[in-house]
Amino acid sequence: MPEIILTIRNKVGLHARPASLFVREATKFKSTITAIHGEAQANAKSILNVLTLGANQGTKLIVRAEGEDAEAALQALTVLNDSNYGEAE
Amino acid sequence: MKTLQGVGASPGLAYGPVFLYQQEGLSFTPFQVADPPAEWSRMEAALKIATTQLSAIYEKALEETSEAQAAIFEAHQQMLDDPDLIDGIRTSILDEKNNAEKALMDTTEKYAQTLETLADEYFRARAADIRDVARRTLRILLGKQQVDLTLRHPAIVVARDLTPSDTVQFDKTKLLGFCTAEGGAYSHTAILAKALALPAVVAADDAVLTIARGDCIILNGRSGEIIVNPDQSTLKKFELQQNAEKDWAAVELSAANQPAITKDGQQVEVVANVGNLADTENAIQFGAEGIGLLRTEFLFLNRQKAPSEDEQYVAYKAIFDLMGARPVVIRTLDVGGDKELPYIDLGHEENPFLGWRAIRMCLDNPKFFKTQLRAILRAAVGHKIHIMYPMIAAVSEVKKARVLLNEARDEIKTAGLPLGETIQVGIMVEIPAAAVMADKFIGEVDFFSIGTNDLTQYTMAVERTNKKVGHLSNALDPAVLRLIARVIEEGHKGGVWVGMCGELAGEPKAIPVLLGLGLDEFSMAPALVPHAKAIIRASSMSECKEIARAVLDMATYAEVEAFLAKTIRPVSSIGDELK
Repeated sequence: MPEIILTIRNKVGLHARPASLFVREATKFKSTITAIHGEAQANAKSILNVLTLGANQGTKLIVRAEGEDAEAALQALTVLNDSNYGEAE
Repeated sequence: MKTLQGVGASPGLAYGPVFLYQQEGLSFTPFQVADPPAEWSRMEAALKIATTQLSAIYEKALEETSEAQAAIFEAHQQMLDDPDLIDGIRTSILDEKNNAEKALMDTTEKYAQTLETLADEYFRARAADIRDVARRTLRILLGKQQVDLTLRHPAIVVARDLTPSDTVQFDKTKLLGFCTAEGGAYSHTAILAKALALPAVVAADDAVLTIARGDCIILNGRSGEIIVNPDQSTLKKFELQQNAEKDWAAVELSAANQPAITKDGQQVEVVANVGNLADTENAIQFGAEGIGLLRTEFLFLNRQKAPSEDEQYVAYKAIFDLMGARPVVIRTLDVGGDKELPYIDLGHEENPFLGWRAIRMCLDNPKFFKTQLRAILRAAVGHKIHIMYPMIAAVSEVKKARVLLNEARDEIKTAGLPLGETIQVGIMVEIPAAAVMADKFIGEVDFFSIGTNDLTQYTMAVERTNKKVGHLSNALDPAVLRLIARVIEEGHKGGVWVGMCGELAGEPKAIPVLLGLGLDEFSMAPALVPHAKAIIRASSMSECKEIARAVLDMATYAEVEAFLAKTIRPVSSIGDELK
């Protein structure tokens, strides 16, 4: 099962708009996608679960995907995170 | 005409029609349904309507405000569409045969509670969002209409209490003021009203909810008075007062940069409490002669790693530079228990306010503490900086801190960096033990600064926000006043100056008492400085000493309150009664 580590750089963390975009991107794929922060695990397609990760600025988020489009999903989430969710620093 | 009394939470006067905002009671009975699939269809239909409503609100918000403001309603829609949430609700209805109302509220509440346990306040605040969405959907299930929040004309909003999302939805150009039956002086409504410079009265009791839609009221955000349907002569007085208040505020502001000297020639220092650079700019605007409390928490909260020495140095230096030659009292980190830091394990405490916090935690983490001390010492070069330790309970703590401060000095010297040499060291007196033992701190400190909020809480054993015991929480309680008097007396005997950085220092009716007790420095929110100076200039020490002597001999807060109400003449016409 492929996995990546995303470093959350934007100021308020994976919250509000960034969380919204993250979930929307994950929802585009068929794979089961899980985001992990410390001991907390979340379904990446669930906004409420992603919020409960409490991933603030500087968090290293492990993202795992399982399914036919797993690689593509992780690739897309990496691109989104690299773009800093369209926000300035 | 009828007069009601609440608590003034944000100064100012307003007159206008009432907009009665009643958040309807949405109660439901949980029961087992006979036909779960039919119940699930009912749930799905309600979710669909809620989504449609939210998309309309989103469009409206986008049109009227900014994309950033509107984004919250987009997130609300996404919550309603959350696959895990929907699964949870579906299981609750189909498998456990719960009715839709119960399934909805139980499932959403679980998420709200999890969010509330998170360390970061941004994330914690999202609990209110999921509850908001849940209420919206519940309202639809129960077939109730949504309360219309549109202000069609300028109005004073009257409500039982207001949530952040309620207040944000009102059209600010038509908002004249707030009046709530519940809430306290530190409630969200009060904070928002102050930020918007609108008058607010809180804790006015259920009587305000009986004011009819269309009635006009006068709202006095200073005295807490509410006059329903005032007659012509009252209205005329109000208009005069409103104009006078505007004039007075302008007069006070224009004199804000002058010193605060009583009629009989006693000068005291009026300074400000700040928590960041923006506050500091405000403090200067409002005529503060220095900073009586610089809170350093802003650098430490909401982050994964502790700020480095250099980062702290830069942040402190920016504030010190802005203040120039004016004195700044900087308080070392005051967190613990209730505020979490991801980089220090504070552990879970049953009673955080009596736990491992502030100086207690810092002394146990010398490396961490010395980083802050070094940053302060380095930034102090060329400025008048005083270091203050919070939550001191015993003399031994000051001695330990002194050792660390000396080590920090040596470390800077070893590194060959410049440091401020003439630095005063003092303590915040907020634990009764420190007040009682004030004389034993002489020789260890250069100043005392009394923190009245915590001193009151610890003296009276009341939590400020607990409604049931809140009536015992008054900084003007004779018990607290006697401790304040003791600290000032012992300080002066030992040649130590005494300031106050709690709410009480900026409270108009308390200022003459504190002057009479001999307080040297008054530190308060920047906006309160001009009025406090005006009060001091209108006072005379001989009268203030009489007042202080009298209140110290009283048995109850009620006596103090009644005495001050009849003894202290309001400065300017601002506090005049409207009868």
